[in-house]
Amino acid sequence: MGETPHRSADAGTGGTRVTEGHERPTGASARVAEAPVSTRTPGGTGLGGGGALPRARAFGAERAFRGLTLAAGTVVLVIIAAIAVFLVAKAVPALRADTENFWTFEGWFPNDAEPKFGIGALAFGTVLTAALALLVAVPVALGIALYLSHYAPRRVGTTLGFLIDLLAAVPSVVFGLWGREIFLRPVHDFSIWLNKYFSWIPLFGGEGPFGKSILLGSLVLAIMVLPIITSLSREVFLQTPTANEEAALALGATRWEMLRTAVLPYGRPGIIAAVMLGLGRALGETIALAMTLGITFNISFNLIENGGNSIAANIANTFGEANETGRGALIASGLVLFAITLIVNITARVIIYRRREFTESAA
Amino acid sequence: MAKRIEASNVTAYYGAFKAIENINITVEPKTVTALIGPSGCGKSTFLRSINRMHEVLPGARVEGSLTIDDQDIYDRDVDVTAVRRMIGMVFQRPNPFPTMSIYENVVAGLRLNGVRKKSILDEAAEKALRSANLWDEVMDRLGKPGAGLSGGQQQRLCIARTIAVEPQVVLMDEPCSALDPISTLAIEDLMFQLKDKFTIIIVTHNMQQAARVSDRTAFFSIEKTGDPGRLIEYDNTQKIFSNPSQKKTEDYITGRFG
Repeated sequence: MGETPHRSADAGTGGTRVTEGHERPTGASARVAEAPVSTRTPGGTGLGGGGALPRARAFGAERAFRGLTLAAGTVVLVIIAAIAVFLVAKAVPALRADTENFWTFEGWFPNDAEPKFGIGALAFGTVLTAALALLVAVPVALGIALYLSHYAPRRVGTTLGFLIDLLAAVPSVVFGLWGREIFLRPVHDFSIWLNKYFSWIPLFGGEGPFGKSILLGSLVLAIMVLPIITSLSREVFLQTPTANEEAALALGATRWEMLRTAVLPYGRPGIIAAVMLGLGRALGETIALAMTLGITFNISFNLIENGGNSIAANIANTFGEANETGRGALIASGLVLFAITLIVNITARVIIYRRREFTESAA
Repeated sequence: MAKRIEASNVTAYYGAFKAIENINITVEPKTVTALIGPSGCGKSTFLRSINRMHEVLPGARVEGSLTIDDQDIYDRDVDVTAVRRMIGMVFQRPNPFPTMSIYENVVAGLRLNGVRKKSILDEAAEKALRSANLWDEVMDRLGKPGAGLSGGQQQRLCIARTIAVEPQVVLMDEPCSALDPISTLAIEDLMFQLKDKFTIIIVTHNMQQAARVSDRTAFFSIEKTGDPGRLIEYDNTQKIFSNPSQKKTEDYITGRFG
């Protein structure tokens, strides 16, 4: 019994099932090896009848479908390549024309006769607002998801889950309007309070004015990513095998200990995926941030003073009056944003992949 | 270590449906008791009432009294987690925690009890794995996922996890029904060893298994679908299988019914 099949079901009830488990191909390579020919056509008298076996068809639906899927895959690659070529071709001349360092200069004047623009402050603002938004949204979202999946009575859970999903359907421009017209006031008052008592922390220092700040943008973002993270992690939590939850309870776990022992570890890859989706939305969010941030071009950790900017918000705000170089500069900034999201996604994949041995056998 | 269990007039419900009615049983310490009977007769329900796992399901509740060494486990003041720590449970399908290694699975219960010291955990893990006859097979891969073991090994891992917290009673809900004959034999051998320390109650569909492993056997049955399960006969295993006093028991064990 040293060599073992992966899933408990493979152990089966008899000897044959066990060997079957050993022989089952586990990798994708084995699947590819299967010949794409149909041998199922009965060619003779009966289905299992005697006589010679039917010949493999030279051309059939199987091959046609195979070609179709291949074509679909190729089209995606071609489109991606075309977009990349177009973006790079537009961005490179603008970057050549930049008279300042693109990475470090804090300002955005690509439309001047001597174009000066730098991505540093924008990239910083993008990452800072998104990170803050997640910091606020993730604990709340996980809390709601756990409540919905394991504490709430069925009726309450369904209603609340529906409301949360509804929140995801609100257009981001509405969030932006709400943020700058209504939510601004309490955030402004809260910022003054923070500044009064905690100004010794650089995050909450400064002389004002307060309000249209990184804090406001991040909080609006947090509300926007909350439903994504909540509904995904709720789904993940609901998928925890009852057998594992009961195992934890039978060991004498309280409900919270059961969640910690069985539900949260099981849902970990799903939680990471949910957070990454939320982060993707936060990084790419455009109009809500363009409406709630103070739009400045400096790198500052001050969260409450008017200011802040992000790559996407900057594109929305300045694209209208951009000239040829200006548009190229914005496209270059878009490429940087793309690079940031790519890095985030790869990191998430790596985290999930590292625990693969455990999650796969769990499936 | 082992304790006496006394059930009197235990009745269990799933919502409005009465699953078992007026079960009276006394289980002596350090014995193996088998619960047998046709499907749906409530033997698993009764088993799950013994460590208060029945009430985990929404709408499920238990009436009557169940005492462990004269302590009523359904008393209002009793901490349910303490009951479950005292009365461990092994389930029908092996259910190791999929995200945990073999080692982590075994010590999961101890960690829940707040044990943090590595030396204590190591010692307890080895002891439990040895008791579950699994140590020799997994000693060199304790860090590997528990779900990567074979079905029989997984079930013994679950037994190790259950006995690692040193309960008084071990409940087993058809522990071999998902296993092949060799793994089943390994678990049955294990039960013989474990009854030196624990009181064991096992639900089984396999009458040969009941006859092989148990000292006492309880036969449950139902009149017809929808009726609550009742205890028909409870006696020494040998008596049940050779000379049962009830006609229904005889019909069942000779295969004429159920």
